[in-house]
Amino acid sequence: MRQLGYVGMLAFCLLGTLPLELVLGVRVYRQWRRLALTLLCVVPVFVVWDLYAVAAGHWEFDPDQTIGVTLPGGLPVEELLFFLVIPTCSVLALEAVRRVRGWPVGDER
Amino acid sequence: MSYTALAVLGVIAAVVLDLAVLRTRLLTRRVFWTAYAIIVVFQLLTNGWLTGRDIVTYDADAITGVRLAYAPVEDLLFGFSLVVQTLAWWVWWGRRLNQSGHDGNGVGRAAHEAGRAQPPAAGLPPAP
Repeated sequence: MRQLGYVGMLAFCLLGTLPLELVLGVRVYRQWRRLALTLLCVVPVFVVWDLYAVAAGHWEFDPDQTIGVTLPGGLPVEELLFFLVIPTCSVLALEAVRRVRGWPVGDER
Repeated sequence: MSYTALAVLGVIAAVVLDLAVLRTRLLTRRVFWTAYAIIVVFQLLTNGWLTGRDIVTYDADAITGVRLAYAPVEDLLFGFSLVVQTLAWWVWWGRRLNQSGHDGNGVGRAAHEAGRAQPPAAGLPPAP
C-alpha cells in the first residue's frame, strides 16, 4: 500500500478531474491529438529539468513510496506520469473555466 | 545551478513563451488567472502530500528553505512554469488545428465543418 503513495496521488488527480470531461463536457480528451501535441511540447522540457535535478541532487524520491519502475536516468516512472497527468488536469481546469464563464481563451476564430 | 535559480528561470521562460514566442497572451486573460487560482489550490494539496510524506525530499543547499504546506516555495514557481507552458501550447495548437480545418479530435474536416455549418449573418460579405 505504501508503494502506491505517489501513483495514488496521480490517480486522485485523474479521477477527480474526470467529471469535467464526462459531466461538464469540456472536450479535452476528445481533442486527443491536440492534447498529445501539447504534451509533446512540454513533457521533454520538464523531464530534462527533472533529470538534471536528480543528477545534481536537488531532490530525490523515496523508493518505498514508488512502485519501483525506474526509467533511464534514475527517474521513477511516476515522474513521467506526473508530467502527463498534471498538464492534462491543468488543461481540464482551463477548459472548465471557459465552459462555465464563457471567457475567451485565445483559440477562438 | 540551484533549484531556486532554475525555478526563477522556469517562470521567465514560461512568460516569454506565452507573451513573445507563441503570443498566446494567456497571462493577460482572466480565464487563465481564474483557472490558475483553482489549480494552485490543488497543487498545494497534492504537493503537500508528496513533500509532507517525504515521497520527495530536497537538498537543503539547493533551496531557500522557505516552505508552504510542506513544499519548498520553489515548487510554486516550478508548477507555475509547467501550467503556463502547457496552457500556452494548448491554445497555440488549438489555433493551428483550427486553421488547418480540424479540431484535434482525429475525426477530421468533414465532422468539423458539419459542426459549424451556419449561414452567414445577413448584411455581412462572405468570408474570403
